[in-house]
Amino acid sequence: MFYRENGQFKTSYRADQQIFPIAQDRWAVLAMLAFGFIAVPFLFDEYMFRAILIPFVILALAALGVNILVGYCGQISLGSGAFMAVGAYAAYNTYVRIDGMPLIVALLAGGVFATLVGVFFGIPSLRVKGLYLAVATLAAQFFCDWAFLRIAWFTNNSTSGSVSVSNLKVFGWAIDSPIQKYLFCLTFLVVFGLMAKNLVRSAVGREWMAIRDMDVAAAVIGIRPMYAKLTAFAVSSFIVGVAGGLWGFVHLGSWEPAAFSVDRSFQLLFMVIIGGMGSIMGSFFGAAFIVVLPIFLNQFLPAVGDLIGVPISTAFVSHAELMIFGALIVWFLIVEPHGLARLWSIGKQKLRLWPFPH
Amino acid sequence: MKIRNIVLASVIAVAGAGAFAQAKEQFFPVLSGRTGPVAPNATPWANGHNDYMKLVNARGGINGVKTLVEECETAYATDRGVECYERLKGKHGGATVFQPLSTGITFALTEKVPGDKIPLITSGYGRSDSADGGVFKWNFPLIGHYWVAGDVVLKHIGNKLGGMDKLKGKKIGVGYHDSPFGKELLPILQERAAQYGFTLLPLPIAAPGVEQKSTWLQVRQQQPDFMILQTWGVMTGTAVKEAQAVGYPREKMFGTWWSGAEPDLQDVGAGAKGYSAVMMQHGAERQSDVVKEILEKVHAKGEGTGPKDEVGSVLYMRGVLGALLAVEGVRAAQERFGKGKVMTGEQARWGYENLNLTQAKLDALGFKGVMRPVSTSCFDHMGAAWARIHTWDGSKFVWSSDWLEADEQVIKPMVKASADKYAAEKKLTRRSGADCQS
Amino acid sequence: MGFFIETLFSGLMAGMLYSLVALGFVLIFKASGVFNFAQGAMVLFAALAMARFAEWIPAWTGITNLIFANVAAFLIAGLIMFAVAWLIERLVLRHLVNQEATTLLMATLGITYFLEGLGQTIFGSDIYQINIGMPKEPIFLFDGVFPGGILVNQEDVIAALIAAALVALLSLFFQKTSTGRALRAVADDHQAAQSIGIPLNRIWVIVWCVAGVVALVAGMIWGSKLGVQFTLATVALRALPVIILGGLTSVPGAIVGGLIIGVGEKLSEVYLGPFVGGGIEIWFAYVLALVFLLFRPQGLFGEKIIDRV
Repeated sequence: MFYRENGQFKTSYRADQQIFPIAQDRWAVLAMLAFGFIAVPFLFDEYMFRAILIPFVILALAALGVNILVGYCGQISLGSGAFMAVGAYAAYNTYVRIDGMPLIVALLAGGVFATLVGVFFGIPSLRVKGLYLAVATLAAQFFCDWAFLRIAWFTNNSTSGSVSVSNLKVFGWAIDSPIQKYLFCLTFLVVFGLMAKNLVRSAVGREWMAIRDMDVAAAVIGIRPMYAKLTAFAVSSFIVGVAGGLWGFVHLGSWEPAAFSVDRSFQLLFMVIIGGMGSIMGSFFGAAFIVVLPIFLNQFLPAVGDLIGVPISTAFVSHAELMIFGALIVWFLIVEPHGLARLWSIGKQKLRLWPFPH
Repeated sequence: MKIRNIVLASVIAVAGAGAFAQAKEQFFPVLSGRTGPVAPNATPWANGHNDYMKLVNARGGINGVKTLVEECETAYATDRGVECYERLKGKHGGATVFQPLSTGITFALTEKVPGDKIPLITSGYGRSDSADGGVFKWNFPLIGHYWVAGDVVLKHIGNKLGGMDKLKGKKIGVGYHDSPFGKELLPILQERAAQYGFTLLPLPIAAPGVEQKSTWLQVRQQQPDFMILQTWGVMTGTAVKEAQAVGYPREKMFGTWWSGAEPDLQDVGAGAKGYSAVMMQHGAERQSDVVKEILEKVHAKGEGTGPKDEVGSVLYMRGVLGALLAVEGVRAAQERFGKGKVMTGEQARWGYENLNLTQAKLDALGFKGVMRPVSTSCFDHMGAAWARIHTWDGSKFVWSSDWLEADEQVIKPMVKASADKYAAEKKLTRRSGADCQS
Repeated sequence: MGFFIETLFSGLMAGMLYSLVALGFVLIFKASGVFNFAQGAMVLFAALAMARFAEWIPAWTGITNLIFANVAAFLIAGLIMFAVAWLIERLVLRHLVNQEATTLLMATLGITYFLEGLGQTIFGSDIYQINIGMPKEPIFLFDGVFPGGILVNQEDVIAALIAAALVALLSLFFQKTSTGRALRAVADDHQAAQSIGIPLNRIWVIVWCVAGVVALVAGMIWGSKLGVQFTLATVALRALPVIILGGLTSVPGAIVGGLIIGVGEKLSEVYLGPFVGGGIEIWFAYVLALVFLLFRPQGLFGEKIIDRV
């Protein structure tokens, strides 16, 4: 009843091709943006920002990048943690070695270096496909793990190998309090989200999807696989690299290579698949699910234990977290293999017809 | 009748409120590692810590203030540790002190604690340069850090050879966990290698150290005269097993204090005979007074945190010591800020900076023969630099050296130089006398 | 020269141990097209079961004979792995028939987390011992020819022999028994096998059971070497280059790939490592596999992927 296009006529091609052609969609997205920027800073306490919202925003950005590679272009990559690491360390070196470097430029420089590394490690995708490619990208992951531990130049010759940044400023505003950090990261997410949405609707996005669906047929009709695959790696690594820079600079403040280990790569892949491959909204859903679930379980299980009078040790809570996490993933994949984004689009479909059944 | 009821009710209410107000608690959060790659070693630490906190309550609390412990599982992962910190720092009236039990988490929290005003105790791990309280106001590597461990190991090796000059020309290998934790040992060894003229052979072992054959093949090839291990968790046990498999004599192997406890060597049993480790003052102390008291007052009442046969083991004792230092710092703070009151993080920090545990005090607390006096100050956040070596005899540890003191003449300048570098990077000013009084 | 032979030999032995883990992956992928990321967790779970039962059986029955305890523990652990295999097929695979490869991959990752949590809940997260009487001391051969002799790790040699025996048994099983033939038929073409009346579900349960037993043997050997603890599950990450080098669908590929990766890892770490600071063996194995893949994208013995447009 409310969600329909009745009466909305487009009078130009431009209007017809916009991202949100339905007015209700535009209003909804504006409302979400307003909520995110204006309402959230007042609604939540410091813990929620530091432990849930900031990681969610940064990982949603990273999941966006991974989704472009895995979901839109169909190249399974398990090296996303390494690209985050490259972004973080490159941003660190740019920030620390060049006096007066603006923060945003440093983060984007991190993204550029991550692009270079991403394209290099994406070259095997021209020869290798599917699960073989997934395991091959682990080469990137382990190589970067080693490089950031061994090559002292990357960590500014610190004896311990741990690096840290502080006193972040953007145009004179300090990025200190949780709310400032959250808004800073959210800005990046919104800008990159918009860019990604436009990119996947453009010619290169369609090339990616063609390669994903049937790469031989795509090559036959004239789409260059090398161009498509390497641009997918490039764009994806750029976004993931910037997310890595944000993760190190804004969320952790001080990090070591283990922060970007193979577990991080798996986590990002989970987000993409649970959220929905080939969907921008899916990256956000997946990130929310994966970030919030362990923390929720960590607080919920002892509460349940208290309720039924059984004392639950922290070790058991940790194990139960793992078990429930695993079981939920399996259940989710059985119920909806296309992810949360599919549920979202089914919901929107039903809403178009509501209150009528069909 | 009505008035009498009102008076009675109000008296009861006041008495009740008074009794309720007396249930003040000092909150000590525990970042535990009961799962994951370090579980066999980190679990006894948490059990020891919690048991000692219970003992303190059984003894009457810290001048009447009871201790409250809450655990949060980190599985030795830095981001989980940070999340646990954020969750627990404001609970139960505010955390008194954090003991991250992980060098990675320590590095991350070092950035956060000055803003949140909660001290960190990193006894025997973390940043070695944080012993310099002039730069690191909120970090306390009480009774030891890795440079002390490295120096004492070298001293012991020198003693065995008949003098430090006999180290010249020798080759000493270091098998270390490939992470900031592992690398933290290297600076003191490099410094001493330059000074005494021995060659250092660094052998990084990638975490979690499941397959170490190449490392030990290199040991067999290079035949170092001694091997030092800076490993944690299952990596240590694997290292000793691989050493056995290549026939490297265990008598030549020395672990630092996180690489020489029962969980590492129990499986290997007689195969590890001769393996030594430097201990941060305490070892396995099953005969000590405090252990007897814990068994009597905590375990006998069924309130023990872990299994009874673990009480008194090496890592259990380390947890007990961690709890002891945390509590005694609060007690010292109470001397200044009010006996019998709950201390804030800032007040507790002053306490840790002004710890003065004499041997008499330690003996009275049950640590006779276990600990030596600790005395911290504004610029010295370590307080003591004593250690000793114990050796595995096939089924248990026996002491194989006297009390050895690390050479502060060499270590202190290194600490200061590193702390200065950190201060320059972060644009911090060194603390002065006035700041030290707060 | 002597040391080079030692390193080579150790590499071959290490490679055999990796192939043991890789075998499980290959078996399941061959028969059901599922890349079982949970193999590492299965190795851990099986090893935990065997280690704990070897402890508990003497405690419960009072019989302290080591051989009896180990054999009984092995059998019980085997039964547990059968149960796990059956449950996985019933609860997970049956509902995910015909899904994409990535979905199945993610499902096995979910199973990994579940098994890791369950194993540690039931059996504990401490480090446990598997004592099957393996000799721990090394022996030195050819003492006269090479100074100091060639170091031979007896435990590794016995493990390699067990692995070879397992492969031989599996080959016999696949070639000579009717179930084995049915498995090969299913691996070849699911639909054709179904059309001649081979029950797919039952075959998948059997394959996962066999993979479970392989995981148990791998867990027993690795556990005897390293002790059984949570980190044992990470051996799967060391076995992945073996699989892609050898080909996802080939059992001899798993062996040959294992040998190549094992030798490559050890030689690189010992001879190249010191020049770059050490610790290179993990990524070197992957890069080595990657280089082979550039020449043969399906691995050395894998099936060519044929795409029809």
